[in-house]
Amino acid sequence: MVQVTSPAFKRNAAAALEDVSLQKALGKAKGAFLQRRAVAVAALPEFEALRDTGRDIKNHTLANLDFYLEYYAANVEKAGGQVHWCSSAADARAAVLEICRRAGAKTVTKGKSMISEEIGVNDHLEAHGIQPIETDLGEYIIQLRHEHPSHIIAPAFHLNREDWEAQFRLSHTDLPKDRVFNERRDILSEARTRLRQKFLAADVGITGANFLIAETGSSVIVTNEGNGDLTQTLPRVHIVLASIEKMVPTLEDATSLLRLLARSATGQDFSVYTTFSTGIRRQGDLDGPEEYHVVLIDNGRSNMMGTEFQEMLRCIRCAACMNHCPVYGAVGGHAYGWVYPGPMGSVLTPTLVGVDKAGHLPNASTFCGKCESVCPVKIPLPKLMRHWREREFERHLSPQGIRTNLALWAWFARRPAAYRLATRLGIGALSMLARGKGAFRRLPLAGGWTAGRDLPAPEPGGTFMARYKAQQKDKRR
Amino acid sequence: MPYTRKMTPPRPRVALFVTCLVDLYRPSVGFAALKLLEEAGCEVIVPDSQTCCGQPAYNSGDRATATDLARAVVDAFYPYDYTVAPSGSCAGMIAHHFPALFADDPFYRGKAEALGAKTHELTSFLTDVLGLTSVTARYDGVATYHDSCSGLRELGVKAQPRALLGSVAGLAVREMAEPEICCGFGGTFCVKYPDISTRMVGDKTKDVAATGADTLLAGDLGCLLNMAGKLKREGSTVKVRHVAEVLAGVTGDVAPIGESR
Repeated sequence: MVQVTSPAFKRNAAAALEDVSLQKALGKAKGAFLQRRAVAVAALPEFEALRDTGRDIKNHTLANLDFYLEYYAANVEKAGGQVHWCSSAADARAAVLEICRRAGAKTVTKGKSMISEEIGVNDHLEAHGIQPIETDLGEYIIQLRHEHPSHIIAPAFHLNREDWEAQFRLSHTDLPKDRVFNERRDILSEARTRLRQKFLAADVGITGANFLIAETGSSVIVTNEGNGDLTQTLPRVHIVLASIEKMVPTLEDATSLLRLLARSATGQDFSVYTTFSTGIRRQGDLDGPEEYHVVLIDNGRSNMMGTEFQEMLRCIRCAACMNHCPVYGAVGGHAYGWVYPGPMGSVLTPTLVGVDKAGHLPNASTFCGKCESVCPVKIPLPKLMRHWREREFERHLSPQGIRTNLALWAWFARRPAAYRLATRLGIGALSMLARGKGAFRRLPLAGGWTAGRDLPAPEPGGTFMARYKAQQKDKRR
Repeated sequence: MPYTRKMTPPRPRVALFVTCLVDLYRPSVGFAALKLLEEAGCEVIVPDSQTCCGQPAYNSGDRATATDLARAVVDAFYPYDYTVAPSGSCAGMIAHHFPALFADDPFYRGKAEALGAKTHELTSFLTDVLGLTSVTARYDGVATYHDSCSGLRELGVKAQPRALLGSVAGLAVREMAEPEICCGFGGTFCVKYPDISTRMVGDKTKDVAATGADTLLAGDLGCLLNMAGKLKREGSTVKVRHVAEVLAGVTGDVAPIGESR
């Protein structure tokens, strides 16, 4: 289970900035995502209109979520599937374990799923003697390295090709010494070879869901490697892990959102594999599972309903916000200290683990607004981060030093006459300290600023308001 | 013959929102804005009760203080035809965020919305509202222009400063590879997370250096202080100025940001 290290965000970030290999990986991966998205978006004239559509579909669904959830569950059952309603992560883990036990499972293959990280399914299964095997290429290496994803669609975003090669040579002990890993293809084929037997041997396949469709009771996954299809069609039992906000009313709604998803995520028009799963294998079907379970997870979502954070539940997990975030680009995903990094994580994590632990995340943003401008469902991420700062402030969780400075400044800012006097004196003193130099290399109490940059000195001659007043007086004379 | 009287249209009454950073750190930007507005035919008023738009409080989660400061700005600036600020960040605060602060106060929300609708960033006001297409200034050099985040994304300030800079005699503008990426200032962010902020501004100064420009311009003093501070620390000779200084032709009166005469 992912331990929450968000309280150590500053330390995590400082270490990440010094990590040469991480910085190399971040630089490479990020550029590719940005370029591909820009090209894909430019090629679709209706992309902006589609964002409005996406937002509206999600808003409508959330406003009627109780209805759609029940409608969906009824349709899953009609198709021979079973829905397990789980209000907490513990409930969800227990439900998955119970299904696996009843199936007599020894190994379980898994498609990529962030909710699985959130609820900590792998550790739970392992603790009970069931071996989970990640089949997404990125997740596969992460599992070998005993790490957690650093990105919601590219789990191994923080790794370089050399890291892959080193890990394969370490974990695949029978690997011939002369095997070459020069290209992505070499890495892929090595993982594929290893995974092939696992796919065939697995008793249960677990996938996530990009969307749940109420009118048909279907779940949808998108992948580029096809591992999701093998995970869910080969084993006898298919478990879908999904949180409640994955719901959409109709197939048409799902396809509208799919058009947004791939373009926003990887810059593809469509992912290589888009798979719709409905219930169990019917008579005459060539494939499909004998059991189809949906573990439907709340884990804190319903607490967001009716609050200012409800808008966050529109998120379709495309990762465009983190791909475009300069803070994520500087420190990578692990620094955020839990499952969901970047701007979406900075809003979601405090909801799920508490703002007392994750308070740094919504603060570590310049509010540059780039995330909101690329979000396919127009989530006002900076606004929601600001709401977290307000909650923090109300609960007196923000650092005392900052609160004191803010209160002092606010006292003056509310009183223009006192403010004029104080700023005139303050700026005068600062100018004197500058002694004619244009900038400070160091200044007491300004270490945060001057550690990495000079602090320009105020322009000589006093504040604007003082000079303007003097000018007006001269004019009247 | 019917009696006709020659009418001159009334000059728009523009309230200048100086911004706290310009007031304290760079008064020349305020005077440059004043000059540009007056030359464009405005009557400029500087309401003397102004202090700050409240962003430091608003973005630190202190909504009560932000609302108090917003109320004071609304009262002071509401009476004029327009409010103009030499900052996309402060203009964006007034135009977009003030109404949200008064969600539970219909009276002030109405006033804030009305004020928001007539509040503009300086270069955007000069071009979009007054229709100005050129200035008479001269500046010999090659400049690159950083798009400050709030102005760009909240107010659509992008083409306006470039259009006016295009008319400055002697000046060429050379674009950065990524002029729209945040410089890492972010208000209190730059002191709360100095490591990340320094890294971001370092990426920015690399981009500036790659253009070969001798001058860096932007429309927001926060970003300018941050970028100038980093350039000085790196020993760069790039001169940093607010765009209004160049447009108003006052660069001879004041040293670039972070430098002395």
